[in-house]
Amino acid sequence: MAMIELKDVSKWYGSFQVLNGCTTSVEKGEVIVVCGPSGSGKSTLIKVVNALEPFQKGTIHVDGISVSDPKTDLPKLRSRVGMVFQHFELFPHLTITENLTLGQIKVLKRSEEEAKTRGLKYLDRVGLIEQKDKFPGQLSGGQQQRVAIARALSMDPICMLFDEPTSALDPEMINEVLDVMVGLAKEGMTMMVVTHEMGFARKVANRVIFMDRGQIVEDASKDDFFGKPRSERAQQFLAKILHN
Amino acid sequence: MKYNWNWGILWQTSIDGQNTWIMMLIHGLGWTLFAALCAGVIALLLGSVIGVVRTTDHKWLVRLGNAYVELFRNIPLLVQLFLWFFVIPELLPKAFGSAIKQMPPPWGSFVPAVIGLGLFTAARVAEQVRAGIQSLPRGQRMAGTALGLTQAQTYRHVLLPMAFRIIMPPLTSETMNLIKNTSVALTIGLVELTAAARSMQEFTFQVFEAFTAATVIYIIVNLVVVNLLRWLEKSVAVPGFIGPAAVGGGGH
Ligand SMILES: Nc1ncnc2c1ncn2[C@@H]1O[C@H](COP(=O)(O)OP(=O)(O)OP(=O)(O)O)[C@@H](O)[C@H]1O
Ligand SMILES: [Mg+2]
Repeated sequence: MAMIELKDVSKWYGSFQVLNGCTTSVEKGEVIVVCGPSGSGKSTLIKVVNALEPFQKGTIHVDGISVSDPKTDLPKLRSRVGMVFQHFELFPHLTITENLTLGQIKVLKRSEEEAKTRGLKYLDRVGLIEQKDKFPGQLSGGQQQRVAIARALSMDPICMLFDEPTSALDPEMINEVLDVMVGLAKEGMTMMVVTHEMGFARKVANRVIFMDRGQIVEDASKDDFFGKPRSERAQQFLAKILHN
Repeated sequence: MKYNWNWGILWQTSIDGQNTWIMMLIHGLGWTLFAALCAGVIALLLGSVIGVVRTTDHKWLVRLGNAYVELFRNIPLLVQLFLWFFVIPELLPKAFGSAIKQMPPPWGSFVPAVIGLGLFTAARVAEQVRAGIQSLPRGQRMAGTALGLTQAQTYRHVLLPMAFRIIMPPLTSETMNLIKNTSVALTIGLVELTAAARSMQEFTFQVFEAFTAATVIYIIVNLVVVNLLRWLEKSVAVPGFIGPAAVGGGGH
């Protein structure tokens, strides 16, 4: 059974179709990179997976649980899917430690002590243990994004979604975040990553999905994608970002 | 103009035959502050609920909240107090209405004044709370939801703590407005500070002393409250946070 399974998913904003019959699946332990031009629906594709956005047609299952079934306990499902955003979205009024423990305490009902132990373990893992009592506004962008990853990991997710995790960062901070993500991938975390960092894709991706105008135009193994993308749009896109 | 200044009047026995005039003004101040406090509690609680409701995606609740704000913000406060004092008791079931009308002074004026001021100010607070929540990045709500927090938990732990910090300055000015607005309650018979000054002026003809004293008292209250709220604002400030520059301002 696939960890994430999308079947013929379509979504409209009013009369504008953002997703058009998207079908794909992510197996346990797989790393999928999603790329495509701006406005092609990459963020939307990621957000429908944990029901941050509703969709009108098709089905999505995460670990066998239907996302659109009204009987599904969505908060519980979401707590098992880690999510990392382009703009980090740490909670500015909470210390780094409190950011790491909020979800564990309120959603997973862990004790404060247990949540702290676990949160700090992951904070240590992303190399930021000295920052535990600071506030998000006192950290650099790269540090904030690493904390955001630690926050997601503290919930013991069964898979992780990333929406352009490095595109809001200054170039010198991109690698510190990518390194953490590469480490995760190598440990076997199931990941769906929207990114234009093709170096990351080359290193750890199993498959690459290329989207255009709401459609999955290409869903290929990494080697096929970088070797000889079938669609002309994907070829043009690749040529463009590889030259930058 | 010939005017007999007589500041000593403040320490002379007032019309009630017991207290000095200054004590009577301070007594009025007590009612001003008590009315403002009660109305403020109503305004903060109700205004927060309505402000929050207006930022949810429950269409009908949003409409209801918007309607409340438009209604209570746009009818003059004086008219609202008259409605609560003169009209509403007539519309209630007879027994209930006459019970209200027979409340002993000052409660007969105080209760409608607090209700009127509270509901009026709640509309203004609701507007600030809505603006505060909407000034936060959209991703904040998403991050809370993605962690698995319920909508209520997301408001309680993610959105409202930041929204309230951001709207502290406009809420401070709403508080000042509320204290000043209590003077409108004199029209329905509440002897608060302005009414006390007026009765002093009527009985002693020392109009300048009466209103100068009242003015000084208002200024002192203003300074104390503003500084208290500034201190509160500073003590909850978030280290390193650079907020959204401005939220729709207060004022009339
Ligand atoms: N709330 C919304 N209402 C209406 N249209 C929207 C909304 N959110 C996104 N869209 C539109 O849907 C399309 C897909 O958006 P999406 O954010 O998924 O694109 P993307 O591929 O992530 O782009 P980018 O690379 O710029 O992040 C865009 O054309 C966008 O304008
Ligand atoms: Mg996007």
